[in-house]
Amino acid sequence: MDMQKYALGPLPNDGLSAEDRDLFSDARPVPYEPYPVAVVEKFVNWVRANSLWLLAFGTGCGAIELNPLMTARFDAYRMGVQMRPTPRQSSVFIIGGYASVKTLKRIIRSYEQMQGPKFVVCLGICPINGGMYWDSYNTLNKFDEYLPVDLYITGCMPRPEVLMAGVLELKKKIKEGRADGANRYIENFEWYKANQKRVIKDWNMPDYNW
Amino acid sequence: MQNWPSQIGYFMLNLTIVGLYGMLLSGIVARTLAKVQGRIGIPLYQPFLDLAKNLGKRTAVSHGVMFYLGPVFRLAGGIGTLAFVPVLYGSEIFGNFSMAGDLLLAMYFMFFGQLGMALGAGESGHPFSAIGIARGLGQMTAYEVPFALAIIAIVVQYDTLSITEIVAAQQGGIGNWTVFTNPLAVIAAMIAFLGMTAYPPFDVVMAPNEIPIGPPTEYHSSYLAMMTMNQAVFAGAKLILFMALFFGGATNLVELVIKTWAIYMVAVVVGAAFPRFRVDQSIRFFLRYPTLIGIAAIAYTQAVLLP
Repeated sequence: MDMQKYALGPLPNDGLSAEDRDLFSDARPVPYEPYPVAVVEKFVNWVRANSLWLLAFGTGCGAIELNPLMTARFDAYRMGVQMRPTPRQSSVFIIGGYASVKTLKRIIRSYEQMQGPKFVVCLGICPINGGMYWDSYNTLNKFDEYLPVDLYITGCMPRPEVLMAGVLELKKKIKEGRADGANRYIENFEWYKANQKRVIKDWNMPDYNW
Repeated sequence: MQNWPSQIGYFMLNLTIVGLYGMLLSGIVARTLAKVQGRIGIPLYQPFLDLAKNLGKRTAVSHGVMFYLGPVFRLAGGIGTLAFVPVLYGSEIFGNFSMAGDLLLAMYFMFFGQLGMALGAGESGHPFSAIGIARGLGQMTAYEVPFALAIIAIVVQYDTLSITEIVAAQQGGIGNWTVFTNPLAVIAAMIAFLGMTAYPPFDVVMAPNEIPIGPPTEYHSSYLAMMTMNQAVFAGAKLILFMALFFGGATNLVELVIKTWAIYMVAVVVGAAFPRFRVDQSIRFFLRYPTLIGIAAIAYTQAVLLP
């Protein structure tokens, strides 16, 4: 990936009005490097995998499957999974089922406010190919054109057991250092932004929500 | 204070022990509450993992100078409280900077961290932070009343402002503990303690599902790690202060762990049993019966204990 693509100076923030432009940062995000010492990076990855804080933002019908995950029957707490109500503190974003154009705007805002390393998990068939909403006018068919996805859990709807299997799979990926979606997003920033702006007609937010 | 270099070294040791114990305690409590709900619960070491993960985050954004200083002030409040509370009675290593008026200093530091946090979270600009701060300061002002009355009662009773002397006066048998010599003051202080720990029914500040997590909504990465560390140190310091003032202090670490754990479980058991108060209910609660009990404690001390 060539470094020129994302080192192009401040973001234009075209969607904002002149007085709003002062209120938002126009700094370009930069990808982060792994720790120079391999052992440290490996340890931190292990810690990250065992402390997954989910963003409690139900983006579609599949969010209803997240709630039983925390109850006595499935008890995801024992795997280090917790719900956080604020994007600033969470590290995993679960796209629960279909993502409509209207929700995508909020998804982007929340995702960009999360602090890296951050991971996106797509739940259900809809973010993969649209599922039963494949010909709907307001549902996105391929979610990974808009945000980088680290893991897909397919099904309609996936049961909480499958979601738990997905969590274990995500942990494995994080431990091996393969869950690098946040960096992919920044390295291909222009491509993702062009795709997002193609579907969101009323783009009235900064280009990157710090 | 003659050999202050070694004093500072001992204090660092105390800080580490109390911090680790506070983190472990939060794991124990989470697991206990999980058992109440019929779950297995988090591993005991989960708080340490969360702390390490927050420290290992790669990015952080700031909202200004006070946003940086908020967690620093809060941590200073936690460390300051611990610095003037003797962890073990009669021990040079665990004595900390105990001196003549340390009770007042400890009470001041308990207030100081909250104010720093209010300034920092206020600058983050999140509406839930502002609501949480307003609630937190209101509730703190309310529970400080019975707590201060209880402190006044025992200061009058023991005729000293030094925590070490208060512990010394309680030595020599269970019957000498404040909880048996001046029960009214201890009841008022323990109700204030429920408000300080912010477990239900007094969890109006963080209020999960209501104002998502209140003041620290915008805090993340190492800011949040710093606040987690403070939570551990501050919880430990508060428990040790309560143990020293009301439950006879401790002369060894085993006694310390048993007593502080038991005091903390009071708040946990109450928290597991009750739903949340509304803000006005919570604040008014402290200003009614607990305040009356506190006043009664002073009257009892004056009329019965002193003559």
